[in-house]
Amino acid sequence: MDLVTPGFGLVFWTVITFLILLFILKKFAWKPILGAVSSREESIKDALAAAEAARREMENLQADNEKILQEARNERELMMKEARDIKVKMIADAREEAKFTTEKMILQAQEAIQSEKKAAVAELKNQVATLSLEIAEKVVKHELSNKDQQEKLVQEMLGKATLN
Amino acid sequence: MNLRAFRTLFLGLLLITFSVVKAEPANSEQKEEKKFDPKELIMHHVKDAYTFHIIDIYDKSYSIPLPVILWTENGLTTFMSSAFHHDYHGKEVVEKNGGRFVNFHEKIYQLEDGAITLEIGADEKPFNAHKPLDISITRNVFMMWVSMLVLFIIFIGAARKYKKSENFVPKGIASFVEPLVLFIRDEIAIPMIGEKKHKRYMPYLLTVFFFIWLNNIFGLIPIINGANLTGNIAFTMTLALFTFIITTVSGNKNYWKHIFWMPGVPVPMKIFLMPIEIIGMFTKPISLMIRLFANITAGHIIVLALMSLIFIFNSIAVAPISVAFSLFIIVIEIVVTAIQAYIFTILSALYFGMATEEHEHH
Repeated sequence: MDLVTPGFGLVFWTVITFLILLFILKKFAWKPILGAVSSREESIKDALAAAEAARREMENLQADNEKILQEARNERELMMKEARDIKVKMIADAREEAKFTTEKMILQAQEAIQSEKKAAVAELKNQVATLSLEIAEKVVKHELSNKDQQEKLVQEMLGKATLN
Repeated sequence: MNLRAFRTLFLGLLLITFSVVKAEPANSEQKEEKKFDPKELIMHHVKDAYTFHIIDIYDKSYSIPLPVILWTENGLTTFMSSAFHHDYHGKEVVEKNGGRFVNFHEKIYQLEDGAITLEIGADEKPFNAHKPLDISITRNVFMMWVSMLVLFIIFIGAARKYKKSENFVPKGIASFVEPLVLFIRDEIAIPMIGEKKHKRYMPYLLTVFFFIWLNNIFGLIPIINGANLTGNIAFTMTLALFTFIITTVSGNKNYWKHIFWMPGVPVPMKIFLMPIEIIGMFTKPISLMIRLFANITAGHIIVLALMSLIFIFNSIAVAPISVAFSLFIIVIEIVVTAIQAYIFTILSALYFGMATEEHEHH
């Protein structure tokens, strides 16, 4: 039947047309379109990979930050503890020192008081001795002028001296 | 004449303009004496023609004459198809370059030397004429070139959009084209051929898909009725031949081994399978050829047959039913245009995939 008999003319023109179509579309349409699509896909893939890398970087940074923070916290804790210890020690030392100094001072003061006292007593004794001698001299001088009186005085003095 | 009236009506009905339908009875009554032959009408519609017929208005035929190119014993002979004055019954004889030519049912015959008119034998075949080598620009060739032009405009335009846009973002026509191109790549080429080798076959698959699809669509447009390129066996045969050649050329060792010496089966089986596989090599492209041709032609024939019912019953009352049914078929045909283009492309891709397959399955 005529319908299913391929005509030569149409086969001829189809071959030519199709080859022209294929080569021109390949060169000017399919290559640019597919190239654009694949480079876009590539860039999207790259962008996604970069985003993923950035995210991981972020995570790492965060982990690092956390670590650093923890370290800092620990250090602070340590420093605080040290400071507290130092404080306590300082206070104790100061107290010790103060106590020591005070005691020393007290001791020195006591010693000074003692020596002052001794000196004072010695001076007093000297003065008393001098005064006694002066009195005695005056008395002797006075008594020697009057016999009775001398006697009476010696008696009195003697009486008093024994009472002392 | 009746055919022309019918065509007017056919167009009118397709556009569902009832004014045309009302004018119809008077028009057909005039030519009632001539018997309506649906077979002739349908065959003329489905087959190729030498003029690009557009419309008939009151017995005046509007058509684009196309060049007739023949290779005769006197060398290249060319003339415009308008020389036949719309005759295709072999009555109008054109004398050119020392030969006499007639158009008999849209085939050019050269009369034998000395003959003046075409004589038709008892078997309805020309008696005193032979067919010269005919490479005329028929309406199918014309539509093929129109479709080529349309494809150039669409796809080269789309490709240029990419160059202009930043980051290769599709814009305009490119955003319409890109999903289709990606569909061919991701749903046809990569699954059938594989990630590694599909790139080589992409231009062919894309070109074949859009070429077939666009021409399928053109076949459905009423005003260019009869441009039934994809329903022409010469066209489908040529495309199937391309697929066959590419498959055969790109066939690797593994492919040929599967044809001539099937691995993994006993020797008697190998011998038994060899002729089957060799036949299979050829049945694949032949099935491609017949499938596309038959589907598209069948669609056209159904629509035309439904329309012919009006004239077979010779009643306007049949018209609504015919219109409704043919509208239904045309809607299905719109889907078929894409499906057949898809099937042709996916099967071509499948054959390329089989030809380039590396690993053993058996």
